[in-house]
Amino acid sequence: MSVAGLAAAVCQTALVVVVAPFVVGLMRWVRARLEGRAGPPLTQPWRDIRKQMAKERIVPATASWVFTLAPLVLVATAVVATGIVPFLTTRSGLDEIGDLFALVYMLLLGTVFLALAGLDPGTAFGGMGSSREMTIAAVAEPTILVAIFALSVTAGSSNLSAIVTSTLDHPSTVASPETMLAFAALAVVTLAETGRLPVDNPSTHLELTMIHEAMILEYSGPDLALVELAAHMRLVVFLGLLSNLFVPWGIATTTHPLELLAAAGAVCAKIAVLGIVIATFEVFVAKVRLFRVPELLAASFVLAFLAVTASFYLA
Amino acid sequence: MTAAGVGLTAASVAAGLAMVAAIAAPRRLRVAAVGGLTAASAAAGLVAALAVLTGSGTVAATMPDLLPLAGVRIELDALGAVFVVAVAVVAIPAALYGIGYAAPRSTGHGASGRSVQATLPLFVWSLLMVPAAGSVSTLLVLWELMALSSLLLVVADHRHNPAVRSAAHWYAAMTQLGLVAILLALVVLAGQAGGDSFAAIRDGAAGVGPHARSVVFVLALVGFGSKAGVVPLHVWLPRAHPEAPSHVSALMSGAMVKLGVYGIVRVGWDLLGGGPRWWGLTILVVGAVSALFGILHALVATDLKRLLAYSTTENVGLILIGVGAAGLFAASGNRALASVAVAAALLHVVNHAAFKGLLFLGAGSVLHATGTRDLDRLGGLARRMPVTGATFAIGALAIAALPPLNGFVSEWLLLQALVHSLPSSTALVAVAMPVAVAIVALTGGLAAATFVKAFGTGFLAMPRSPEADAAHESPWSMRIGLCLLAGVCVALGLAPTALGRPLTRAVAVLGPLADGRPVRADGVNLELAGIQATLSPLLLAVGLLAAIFATLAVVRAVRSAPTRRGAATWGCGRSVQTARMEYTATSFAEPLQRVFDDVLRPDLDVHVDHRVESRYYVEAVRYRQGIRDAVEHRLYEPVLRAGRWWGRTARHLQDGSIHRYLAYIMVALVVALVVAR
Repeated sequence: MSVAGLAAAVCQTALVVVVAPFVVGLMRWVRARLEGRAGPPLTQPWRDIRKQMAKERIVPATASWVFTLAPLVLVATAVVATGIVPFLTTRSGLDEIGDLFALVYMLLLGTVFLALAGLDPGTAFGGMGSSREMTIAAVAEPTILVAIFALSVTAGSSNLSAIVTSTLDHPSTVASPETMLAFAALAVVTLAETGRLPVDNPSTHLELTMIHEAMILEYSGPDLALVELAAHMRLVVFLGLLSNLFVPWGIATTTHPLELLAAAGAVCAKIAVLGIVIATFEVFVAKVRLFRVPELLAASFVLAFLAVTASFYLA
Repeated sequence: MTAAGVGLTAASVAAGLAMVAAIAAPRRLRVAAVGGLTAASAAAGLVAALAVLTGSGTVAATMPDLLPLAGVRIELDALGAVFVVAVAVVAIPAALYGIGYAAPRSTGHGASGRSVQATLPLFVWSLLMVPAAGSVSTLLVLWELMALSSLLLVVADHRHNPAVRSAAHWYAAMTQLGLVAILLALVVLAGQAGGDSFAAIRDGAAGVGPHARSVVFVLALVGFGSKAGVVPLHVWLPRAHPEAPSHVSALMSGAMVKLGVYGIVRVGWDLLGGGPRWWGLTILVVGAVSALFGILHALVATDLKRLLAYSTTENVGLILIGVGAAGLFAASGNRALASVAVAAALLHVVNHAAFKGLLFLGAGSVLHATGTRDLDRLGGLARRMPVTGATFAIGALAIAALPPLNGFVSEWLLLQALVHSLPSSTALVAVAMPVAVAIVALTGGLAAATFVKAFGTGFLAMPRSPEADAAHESPWSMRIGLCLLAGVCVALGLAPTALGRPLTRAVAVLGPLADGRPVRADGVNLELAGIQATLSPLLLAVGLLAAIFATLAVVRAVRSAPTRRGAATWGCGRSVQTARMEYTATSFAEPLQRVFDDVLRPDLDVHVDHRVESRYYVEAVRYRQGIRDAVEHRLYEPVLRAGRWWGRTARHLQDGSIHRYLAYIMVALVVALVVAR
């Protein structure tokens, strides 16, 4: 692990922290425009976070240390994830401390803490949200890991930089059936894991239909700001994964500052495009019933499974 | 005598002293003396095992006069030492924990009596010695000693709790049937290979015909598998483990079931020297079915200890997935990968001992404090029992395979071994491995949900019963046990790099699966043989901690006047928040229960009473839900029914009528005359 690599990792984290709320703002704006509304400015998520930061912190009387710790753990898992995912460079200093599996389990750690925090205040809504969140997380797990399997077969390693470098070296693999199937599978899982339509509606205000919002109902002030920021960052982590694992061009292969700057522009553009696509998609679909979500994820699992077997049978 | 020999001897002496103390010491001192000496015995065993694993010498001793005909042969190699470590990791904290748990003042348990206290050291000693057995007869004697002593401990509480008896019947029947299978397997093996000692069997195994090998393997799989609690031989496990005193549950679940795995590995890949591809595939399938079935039942269980027992079946399943994959890879010629898979399985053996022991001890503290194991009646314990709550949380995160704790490391190793099988392999592996990865993944996801449920409804929110409301923290000896195991979970999670060499030595015992060094340490990174993937749990943990403190610092800096106010939970305009409004363990698991409806097949019973005036007014609704173990229901109950029917029918033969008896004699005489001619 070099100093330059560590610096690059810090740059990645800083970039994601700054950009993530803007990406969410962009997605909200696009959706509003397509629905015929004026839409909030792109800075609205950041303004919300700033407002929440200044407010009083109200903690339910029945809550324990888990409630206080959960937002911090959630943010920390997202921060470490941004250091591991190759946003800017394949030479990130944190690449070798964890591979894709470690990344997935790290994000699951955040999910678990948030689900525990949902149960902690003792409301029905919190429990409902936690229960649903863990249901979806559990059912999405096979798709994610089998999709990683498919990706690591091509690269011969499950380390992220190895996968990205392998795609850069052999551009033709992007068009191969296994890569495309794995992309489709991961795209569905991204919608489920980041609480987007058709799995969860990020803009609803009816607790009974919500998952993420129901879990965090009792958070206020800076805690709420942290939870929201972490949710934004997780969205960008998934979008960054999708874009750089499958279309890595533009990423730096060194830690030279100028290259990093160019890579930052490239990755922001890719993430923005993906965000706009998802926002557009959300305008046209309705939320599915909770008990149809496992069917959706089962379908994505079949795609991931085909991706792995395709790499054997078509090799 | 080597360090390992001294350790084993000291373990035996301490166990003997503990038994003497149990019988001779006065009631007040008895529990403390037995607990301390048992822990010392396990500690001596740990020293012996570590001496073997660090390569400073193995133990081999023969005592020809101790057992008639065959004699006793003790031989501790690195493979056995891994299992001794797993036993000792649970046994030391469990024995200390038992001092507080079984103390005479705590009511409701017959655990402080002479016989129970004398059996505990015997059980621990037999657990420590089974992996050190060096011959078939020694193994069988120790195995039976272990089974009988654990059975005695299970029935410790039979005076107060009638459920204990039924559990003990199931356990006794399953463990003795398992012994029959093991006995047959080992006797056939010893007979064919021409020797009683393991060394002789290894030498003669090559001469055993393929059919005899397969018969031995299948019998060993059934016999040892019943002890390991694999589906469909697991039925005793969710009955016996919850009813035993909690420190005994920890020993049974954390240590004893692993010896089933030990038996399978020892017979299959050491004594027999490996076999055809279907051996590995069979174990892989058994492991996958056990993992999924176990975690699904753990998910819907509301009895905390039953939940943990089913989760043991799941974890044994994961271990067997590793063993089976290793067998499959070795038979396909990929020995490097086989060594990684079996190293993952062995590491999980030790890891599971640590966190399952911790969770069972935590459940024991809950039972001790509240008198109930029903999650739907618990809640709010994290504030009332801070040490138990925090350590249970560590155990729950570890068993859910979350970084940076130990469960994650072994799960990562297992996934790496499975994932890297593909480029050079056969169609069988290409289809089996994605399925295995999917099952490991689904199991992991469901385990996370299960333990969010266990910790979230058991320890968080408001207490759901007066007993939970009045809960108190456990005495110091129990807290020491919990903290020791939590420390092991953290240490094994942060520094798995220290285990590279010991694991290499253990894998080297399994000739057909071994290939160089499966797990290497490059500084703080874990590296695997033939696999280009790295992991550094220590740096992950450092990163997480750094991020947490950085976030705290930023929040502090940004906020001008940090204020914090406690308030009632928001209740949509209700004025009072009561525990009746909380989500329960049952409701938490309901969505997943509905998703896996076809496997779990819950019995639902909804009664709606209408008012007499109109059907549109509901008077009352009653809801009852039960989930039966489908294997027990479909497989065992018909057999038991047939047995009972046969017994009842046979009774008609003997109804006390002298005429009928005379007729029997007449018929028997005629038949005898005809046959004899």
